Amino acid sequence: MTVGDYLSGIFGASPVKPMQQHMAEVFSCVSELIPLFKAVIAKDWAKVEEVQKRISESEGEADKLKKEIRLQLPKGMFMPVSRRDLLEVLTMQDKIANTAKDIAGTILGRRMELPDAIAEDYLPFVKRCVDACDQAQHAINELDELVETGFRGHEVNLVQDMIEKLDSVEGDTDTLQRKIRLKLFEIENDLPPVEVMFLYKIIELTGDVADRSQKVGSRLQLLLAR
Amino acid sequence: MSIISDYGTVFLVLAAVFGLFMAWGIGANDVANAMATSVGAKALTVKQAILVAAVFEFAGAILAGGQVTKTIRKGIIDAGGLENSPELLVFGMLAALLAAGCWLLLASYKGWPVSTTHSIIGAIVGFSMVGIGMDAVNWGKVGTIVMSWVVSPVLAGIISFLLFRSVQKLILDTENPYQNAKRYVPVYIFFAGFMISLVTLVKGLKHIGLETSTAENYTYAALVGLVIMVIGIIVIRRIKFDESLDKSFHYTNVERVFGVLMIVTACAMAFAHGSNDVANAVGPLAAVVGIVQSGGEIAQKSALSPWVLLIGGGGIVLGLAMYGFKVMTTVGKKITELTPSRGFAAELAAATTVVLASGTGLPISTTHTLVGAVLGVGIARGLAALNLTVIRNIFMSWIITLPAGGILAIVFFYMLKTIFGG
Repeated sequence: MTVGDYLSGIFGASPVKPMQQHMAEVFSCVSELIPLFKAVIAKDWAKVEEVQKRISESEGEADKLKKEIRLQLPKGMFMPVSRRDLLEVLTMQDKIANTAKDIAGTILGRRMELPDAIAEDYLPFVKRCVDACDQAQHAINELDELVETGFRGHEVNLVQDMIEKLDSVEGDTDTLQRKIRLKLFEIENDLPPVEVMFLYKIIELTGDVADRSQKVGSRLQLLLAR
Repeated sequence: MSIISDYGTVFLVLAAVFGLFMAWGIGANDVANAMATSVGAKALTVKQAILVAAVFEFAGAILAGGQVTKTIRKGIIDAGGLENSPELLVFGMLAALLAAGCWLLLASYKGWPVSTTHSIIGAIVGFSMVGIGMDAVNWGKVGTIVMSWVVSPVLAGIISFLLFRSVQKLILDTENPYQNAKRYVPVYIFFAGFMISLVTLVKGLKHIGLETSTAENYTYAALVGLVIMVIGIIVIRRIKFDESLDKSFHYTNVERVFGVLMIVTACAMAFAHGSNDVANAVGPLAAVVGIVQSGGEIAQKSALSPWVLLIGGGGIVLGLAMYGFKVMTTVGKKITELTPSRGFAAELAAATTVVLASGTGLPISTTHTLVGAVLGVGIARGLAALNLTVIRNIFMSWIITLPAGGILAIVFFYMLKTIFGG
């Protein structure tokens, strides 16, 4: 019941913190991929099921956050960055979690096993993909500092460096992915064809985690571009 | 004539009570706007803010409020045709005070965004149009005032934009923002102190009997600015760089330096608010006092009695003490988006604009000016999100408040006229 309320009314809820929370949720979802593949390699199906459940729940949480952020950014909102670009970043963040959920779902649904030939290389590959997501999270965590500096100057260079590092991590995952594919190609005739199809799909999806993390970086770069 | 001499004391008491009521309302509600940015930025605690507000609102009202009071008192109404019935002006001013006070109370209760300035202007224009005649209103002056309502937020926006851009260039966007903050923040402190004291010297000290030349004004203002700057430097020196604070947010230490600056600008803001808004409340009071004391003559040159401004300042402090605490706590909690580096830019810009307006005697809305200043910071890409619907609400409040104040004033005017048999 105060006149003063309307000065505070001019401040819309800042989307920065929720964006970072969303990214944190996405990362906690994606990092479950490591225990997931460990369990797959150990053929511990109870554990796989448990991890898949966690991933699915985490992805659901991220979805909820995403919807909340979208609802609090009506058209009348005036922001230092384009509303559209910001929502694009959000969509990209969310897609990383979706990919993790797809991987877990497919593996559990088909009780997929990794052939011994690629099992050894697979964990480093997954870890590097999770690294990419982690790096994307680091970049998103700079959003509040970017707002502080008005998306200009020194802080922008800092974030640009982070995005570059993200690109190089993603490059690593590409190399690892190629190596695994080659190994699978060498043994694919000995495996049931449907199984091989899905193995390729899982490899691709795992690589997508890094790809989409990189895309978060490139959308972030759009926010910085003037 | 007889009405004035018969009821002179009654009018004086009524005017004082209504004026106090209005000033109380301003203290309870409106001051929160001026101070909440500092509270939200955690540069001041609520208690400190109340204290700063009390001291500087009072000082602003006494030292720099005279000019605006004059405008309200005799700038809006052309009293030339009223020589034979001065009681009409007394009724009208009483009605205006009561109308604005009631409207503000209602609006505060309902949470509508209205401005004290707009209600009082609406009320005065309203009663003089209907109670005295269309010609009685000095439309040229009213036009200027309304124009200033548009110009002042825009001007504040431009100043805050430039201020914040300079902060970005000099401090935030550099390799070592902390060192640069320590180097440049005292300059901003000087600017704030210089500006406020200059306007006070040029416009304010005349009516408390001090005459100074232009050169003297600038020298004294610069001296005051320097003194405040030195105090600021000492306080800033005391801030120790705390590594642990920068872990989650790299600019925490920088913001602590700006916190010192924000205390200065909070004082400036309270001073500016006092100089303009208190004058709004006591303007009609001053008019009534002038007429009654001169025994019914509409004295164009009557000196402003100091106790009139005292009532205004006192009322504000009273309102602050009784009710402002609660308001400031709630509003302050909602304005956490303004960190000291942006809050200072907004406050300094708003304070500069308001004090300048007070100097030229224009009654403007402090809150709207502050909103303009905040938008300026936003345009400099300094705020995460601004809700532009507030702008629409401001325009809506103009459209509603002016006639509402006017109609209420007309009702009270005829009531008073009937009671005292005018």
